[in-house]
Amino acid sequence: MAPSAATPVVPTRIQITEQMDIVRARAEAKRLVGLIGLGPSDQTRLATAVSELARNILQYAGKGQCEISNISTPAELGVRIVFEDSGPGIPDVACAMRDGYSTSGGLGAGLPGTQRLMDRFEIDSRPGRTRVSIALIRRRL
Amino acid sequence: MKIPILRLGRVLLTSIQVDLSDADAMQFQGDLVTKISEIEAMGVAIDITSLEVVDSYMARVINDTATMARLLGAEVVVCGIQPYVAMTLVEMGRGLIGADCVFDLEQGLARLNERIRLRGDARLDDGE
Repeated sequence: MAPSAATPVVPTRIQITEQMDIVRARAEAKRLVGLIGLGPSDQTRLATAVSELARNILQYAGKGQCEISNISTPAELGVRIVFEDSGPGIPDVACAMRDGYSTSGGLGAGLPGTQRLMDRFEIDSRPGRTRVSIALIRRRL
Repeated sequence: MKIPILRLGRVLLTSIQVDLSDADAMQFQGDLVTKISEIEAMGVAIDITSLEVVDSYMARVINDTATMARLLGAEVVVCGIQPYVAMTLVEMGRGLIGADCVFDLEQGLARLNERIRLRGDARLDDGE
């Protein structure tokens, strides 16, 4: 099962159904992102983003999944992670992206903070289906 | 997952060595605050050298724990935040951690001892 360092097995799908899955998802994200070739600061950014978004899934939708993909090209290293759930959806995405806005008594730092960590960040949410896609892209050295 | 809390006179040392679930983090907060109250700790050092990811939830738990400790009357230092963790927290807009931060546990203890001395209300070896 263990992917070799040269060819990490991606896309990799991680189910998120309980708290320990957040821990597993961020550890796995960090590992895969390292195998794809991004450095430790980007590994930390992505692992942190995965932690935030996986928690959102658990908290608001109960369950969902994320999928980690290698989107590298000859010129660039890239990782995309897509989070999907079939929960109630985000009623007001613009509000949810504002610092300090939360419907759950949290700090309201998760979504806007995650967006600041990423190069690409897209949310598509409606009742029954929410999809958040994040990516980091780095020029190959 | 229980985080050990070590006692050194009136100072408590604790080191988070594993990646905690949210429930583990809350458990840790409760355990530490209870222990501080139990022994009327003068100082608490929270070592997070081994934490490779600190997201907004974990940052809040650490923040809140430090605030609770201070409300009880203890001095608090957070030791060993990793450079990539610091970068990520600041980029996320979490100015962070309303506690004093130091490089490592050794510095943390020195800082605590100094602050407790300045307070002048108790001696560190006043263990009983």
